[in-house]
Amino acid sequence: MASKWKELTKGIISENPTYVQVLGMCPTLATTTNAENGFGMGIAATIVLIMSNVVISAIRKTVPEKVRMPIFITVIATLVTIIDLLMHAYTYDLWKTLGLFIPLITVNCIIMGRAEAYASKNGIFDSFLDGLGMGIGFTLSLVLLGSIRELLGNGTIFGIEVWGNAFNMFVMILPPGAFLTLGLLSAFFASISIRRSDKAKKMASQQQAQKAGEQR
Amino acid sequence: MKLFLILLSAMLVNNYVFVRFLGICPSLGVSKKTSTAVGMGIAVIFVLVISSALSWLLDLLLIALNLEFLRTIVFILVIATFVQFVEAFLKKTNRSLYEAMGIYLPLITTNCIILGIAILNSTAKYTFMESIFNALGAGMGFLLALIILSGIRERFELYDVPRPFQNLPIALITASILSLAFTGFQGMIK
Repeated sequence: MASKWKELTKGIISENPTYVQVLGMCPTLATTTNAENGFGMGIAATIVLIMSNVVISAIRKTVPEKVRMPIFITVIATLVTIIDLLMHAYTYDLWKTLGLFIPLITVNCIIMGRAEAYASKNGIFDSFLDGLGMGIGFTLSLVLLGSIRELLGNGTIFGIEVWGNAFNMFVMILPPGAFLTLGLLSAFFASISIRRSDKAKKMASQQQAQKAGEQR
Repeated sequence: MKLFLILLSAMLVNNYVFVRFLGICPSLGVSKKTSTAVGMGIAVIFVLVISSALSWLLDLLLIALNLEFLRTIVFILVIATFVQFVEAFLKKTNRSLYEAMGIYLPLITTNCIILGIAILNSTAKYTFMESIFNALGAGMGFLLALIILSGIRERFELYDVPRPFQNLPIALITASILSLAFTGFQGMIK
């Protein structure tokens, strides 16, 4: 059970697709002008990711090694078309704001990457969990990025007023703000992992010193 | 004149990398050295122009058959097949070019700028020539962005960048400042 739980949670922190693996940058930057759009994009990508992981895992034994790429991409494109049509029908406003980036989920490296690296080698249930975890990780990263940009640019989060018009930097909503926020956030996550590995090293060297002391 | 405006708009005013966020992954991935950046840029221009011409023709067929919703699937298959074809063709005919471009070609399939331009051309209802010029402008803008970014990133090798900022974060912040510069073109051409 513990290992299943790990399949699910690894995508959220230790293998976070956005900040650790640096995959799927285009939708990450383009759709996070506010928290809501980021959330919508994250959910759409998550659904495609889960379904593509399940389908690819189910057909992994029948697909010949040499033509697996075109087959995977056809599966993914079909799923994206389904999501595109569903979003057009039920969430028209979101469909309009995300626009081009919905069909572009097809070429989102996260989905192809997980199909290639995970789903084509593992069972259906594990692939489902992997897709769900990665999807949640992706959605959370988008929401985080979108909230920061919306807060600094517009004074709101998810449309709820925080400080209104008192302190707005319009540039955060423009493209430069996207690059800047993502750059600072990934530096922040890198600094956490650096601190962790330094600590681990320190602990290890201390333990070694202790052992050496005991032996003496 | 209109063709020229489309070219300029795709290249500078609405630069696809810095303003419209298409093709970010390869621009961050291969922009560590200028020589690889140029190789990638040229490969992208080539594939972009031809695949958008092909997808324009196929779009006519899709519209005639009332099958527009199949656009994404058809375009991505055309692009993937075309990239494979170019790879095989180059391997047989021009070995040195194949070796220069070889590693970048398979990567291009998942470069969202290619599919993005094909879909944009079709939604904007561009004519054949307009599509070609839009693709050419987008490709040249991509090459320009890669050259600028890689030129700056090469210099970072010499400086003492703080550890958490090394590699990706500093590249993103560089891109942010470049993007600010490109935003300056905004509004010059619609």
